[in-house]
Amino acid sequence: MTKTAYPLSPDRLETKFSDKYPPYDLGEALAESNRCLYCFDAPCVHACPTSIDIPTFIKKIASGNVRGSAKTILSANLLGESCARVCPVEVLCEGDCVYTTWGRTPISIGRLQRYATENGARYVELERKHATGKSIGLVGAGPASLACAGRLALLGHEAVIYEKGTLPGGLNTTGVAPYKMPADEVLHEVEFIGSLGVKIETGVEVGKDISADELLEKHDAVFLGPGLGEDSQMDALARDTAGVLGAVEWIRRMKTDPKMSLDSVRHAAVIGGGNTALDAARELAQLGVEHVRLVYRRSEAEMRGYGHEWTQAKKEGVVLVPNAIVKEVVSQNGTVNSLALVRARNGKPTDHELDEIRTDLVIVAIGQARLLELVNMFPGVECDGRGHIVADEETGVTGNPLIFAAGDACNGGKEVVNAVAEGQRAATAIDAMLMGSDSGGKNA
Amino acid sequence: MPDLSVDFAGIKSPNPFWLASAPPTNSGEQVMRAFDAGWGGAVWKTLGDPIVNISSRLGSIDYTGQRMMGLTNIELITDRPLDVNLREITEVKKRYPGHALIVSLMVESRDDWVTLIKRSEDTGADGLELNFGCPHGMCERGMGSAVGQEPKVLEELVHWVMDAASIPVIAKLTPNITDVTEPAEAACRANVTALSLINTLQSIIGVDLDRLVPLPRVGDVSSHGGFCGPAVKPIALRMLAQLSRDPQVTVPVSGIGGIADWRDAAEFLALGATTVQVCTAVMHYGYRIVGELIDGLDAYLAEKRMDKVSDLVGAAVPAFKEWGELDLNYHVVAQIDADKCIGCQLCHVACHDGAHQCIHLPGTKAIPGNIAPMAEIAAQKAAESDGDSPYRVPWVDETECVGCNLCELVCPVENCITMVERRRAPEVDTWNDRVASGRDYVPGGLRELEKG
Ligand SMILES: Cc1cc2nc3c(=O)[nH]c(=O)nc-3n(C[C@H](O)[C@H](O)[C@H](O)COP(=O)(O)OP(=O)(O)OC[C@H]3O[C@@H](n4cnc5c(N)ncnc54)[C@H](O)[C@@H]3O)c2cc1C
Ligand SMILES: Cc1cc2nc3c(=O)[nH]c(=O)nc-3n(C[C@H](O)[C@H](O)[C@H](O)COP(=O)(O)O)c2cc1C
Ligand code: SF4
Ligand code: SF4
Ligand code: SF4
Repeated sequence: MTKTAYPLSPDRLETKFSDKYPPYDLGEALAESNRCLYCFDAPCVHACPTSIDIPTFIKKIASGNVRGSAKTILSANLLGESCARVCPVEVLCEGDCVYTTWGRTPISIGRLQRYATENGARYVELERKHATGKSIGLVGAGPASLACAGRLALLGHEAVIYEKGTLPGGLNTTGVAPYKMPADEVLHEVEFIGSLGVKIETGVEVGKDISADELLEKHDAVFLGPGLGEDSQMDALARDTAGVLGAVEWIRRMKTDPKMSLDSVRHAAVIGGGNTALDAARELAQLGVEHVRLVYRRSEAEMRGYGHEWTQAKKEGVVLVPNAIVKEVVSQNGTVNSLALVRARNGKPTDHELDEIRTDLVIVAIGQARLLELVNMFPGVECDGRGHIVADEETGVTGNPLIFAAGDACNGGKEVVNAVAEGQRAATAIDAMLMGSDSGGKNA
Repeated sequence: MPDLSVDFAGIKSPNPFWLASAPPTNSGEQVMRAFDAGWGGAVWKTLGDPIVNISSRLGSIDYTGQRMMGLTNIELITDRPLDVNLREITEVKKRYPGHALIVSLMVESRDDWVTLIKRSEDTGADGLELNFGCPHGMCERGMGSAVGQEPKVLEELVHWVMDAASIPVIAKLTPNITDVTEPAEAACRANVTALSLINTLQSIIGVDLDRLVPLPRVGDVSSHGGFCGPAVKPIALRMLAQLSRDPQVTVPVSGIGGIADWRDAAEFLALGATTVQVCTAVMHYGYRIVGELIDGLDAYLAEKRMDKVSDLVGAAVPAFKEWGELDLNYHVVAQIDADKCIGCQLCHVACHDGAHQCIHLPGTKAIPGNIAPMAEIAAQKAAESDGDSPYRVPWVDETECVGCNLCELVCPVENCITMVERRRAPEVDTWNDRVASGRDYVPGGLRELEKG
């Protein structure tokens, strides 16, 4: 386990996982990097939300210049180390690699990026501007804020992140599948962002421990990167019943809470058909739960989760119960015992009852709530009809020129790399806004 | 099935594949294993007065992750006692009478040559090879390439040898010389039975950038070495072809230098070699590669309806000309197969920066009047394609294309770019023709500059 200053128990369930792809050794990295064609105006770069210069960083690995390679990556993407491991490369860079077009195995860009960052990042010195005296407060320590704050620090500004939880990193720490990247390694990367001069105050909830007004008072600009909220409720389900949990909560506890155990779980049911549902189901199966069922209200073809993830889930033994909706959670002595299901048509329940399925654990993965309450505290900031913060796509600026926003809270829930790209763009815009104006910083 | 056996200056061999004089032919045990694996002949590691070797001895150059594109060595001749070598050669020849066994020699004085020749012939060996090539260590002592670089000295030495020898003698030449036909002709004047080439090229294989010492490193220093392996093949082929078309060179040649598979071997045969010798590829992969050499050559000869190896020997020599004999009216242009193209755009950047700026990206417009049949189609497809999967197939301006081949060489997809013939005129017109008929004036030169 990678040692960091953050509290993380070595007894958490997450530690039972091993890497989906083990790290490359030098010989493998050379062989794979030499396969890259060094395309002109490479399509893989266009497919990367942070536009990492992929052919360049790969050629640097091939020439033995791993530090230079890591610098190429980090200059474009401050969270390049976790992106290398958590990005769904199949639908991003590797999906557009010319080898894919050619019907061949694409370059393993993600694994090469991991090789370069793991072996080279600690030597990289990114250029840092002189202190400007300006200060920015950032809400939430997820990828969006971390990337934004890192950039701001490099531009010479003070960047202070307020995080309500005890662990920084957002869903990167508490959400992504452990076989992609375990929490301790995410926290190690957070410390790298800290080393750029970013201050991270954990256990401080904006709106409770510090108000929006205080934030605007203390800082020259504010960045909102609160992500999405807790798991959405599912009315029909007895959420108080022991053994019924929201997916984001269950995954967080599996990754960080040593008290979380699966000892008495032989049957588990995951409700949903998106990527979070697939992650939870795969994690349960990999942790040795014998029967993992995915209960989805539509057909297999309509699942919103990635095809490559579902293919893997099936290989790991996850069974789909399609076109089914939970009518009732049947419990015994307050603990879940089985699920009563009805047939669904076009995602809507019918009267047709299906066989009950036995289950010791129910995981509900039907989306995350929005953070309307928090948003409403900030004057001039608005949400759209779907509960997403309204912000300019290029700059992240909200209805209030001093307040910027990015990440899941704005895009409705994409990937870590999108949050990073948007956060970094917002940093550039904040810098332009602050440095373009004549007034000195409040802390100057 | 084609007949692979060859007769090289009277030396019979079951196939044209010999091991070159080097570590793979150090000992009897090795040579016998090699013959068992299928090698037709072997040239024993050079015999001479005992020497002392150093460590380390080898260095290599890798290319894009591939090991040993070229190999360099600072090893000398055999470091085993002469009597042991001679006893083993005798034993091998007795056990393998049908294989070609050649003894490589290198000594200094005439008396030493005469003595060593006699002792070598007593083993029953089929021939002798004179090492005039070693470009390091031995040449500092007046042997090896020190002889090979001095045609006069070489000629005299071959005379001594031919006086003393009763079996065929091969002179092995060094490539570390400006004109390889000079030592070759000198050897022929002295009635040598055959030639072989090339020995290794003087080289420094690299520098240890942490210690700042050239490679291969011997403690804190190094010395130059002899370079061989796949990287030297083009140099060897050209020297071989020069000998093949030289009327003064009347003896058979054994081709050496960078041979790693049957194709390499067939190229040497086509440019006039009667046998080929291999070292680096065996040092890299072992004797077993001969299976592929035999199999590949056999299939190639059969496909080309050639009954025996000699049908191929020299077959490409008549087509090896001087530049002045090439047809200036022959012209090719690049054509891209849009269905095969994967959109890497390497042809575009190569032609744009390294050739003649005539491969363009889809969407750009052709110069009016130029022949660019794919320009419009590319523009249309580019306009139709969406941002998620943009159309990336480049197009060629055939009017501007000089037909250099660069794009075809860089394209990673086999047969995606082809060079198609677009003759400038039906008749053949060479530079020599132009000189002969007084048409060798090309405008735009110094004469116009002077006129102003
Ligand atoms: C189960 C799951 C698995 C995923 N797997 C992947 C994956 O494999 N690859 C991938 O690329 N993406 C994955 N994602 C998506 C990815 O995690 C998110 O897109 C990304 O983390 C969004 O970053 P963010 O900074 O916008 O928000 P978050 O990561 O959600 O971070 C927001 C942070 O703000 C804090 N916060 C919220 N409100 C307040 C407040 N009022 N005061 C202080 N702090 C506050 C939160 O505690 C949290 O730490 C996954 C998501 C989930 C749910
Ligand atoms: C197509 C081509 C044309 C060349 N023309 C010349 C030339 O006109 N004059 C010259 O001095 N060298 C010429 N060279 C040799 C190069 O300058 C250089 O010495 C050689 O290619 C070796 O360097 P490299 O292998 O590192 O590229 C030419 C090389 C190439 C490939
Ligand atoms: S598209 Fe593939 S081959 Fe081309 S540069 Fe990118 S990774 Fe390399
Ligand atoms: S090099 Fe070949 S594959 Fe690549 S763009 Fe050109 S024609 Fe297409
Ligand atoms: S043959 Fe040479 S000049 Fe013609 S298109 Fe190809 S690279 Fe350009």
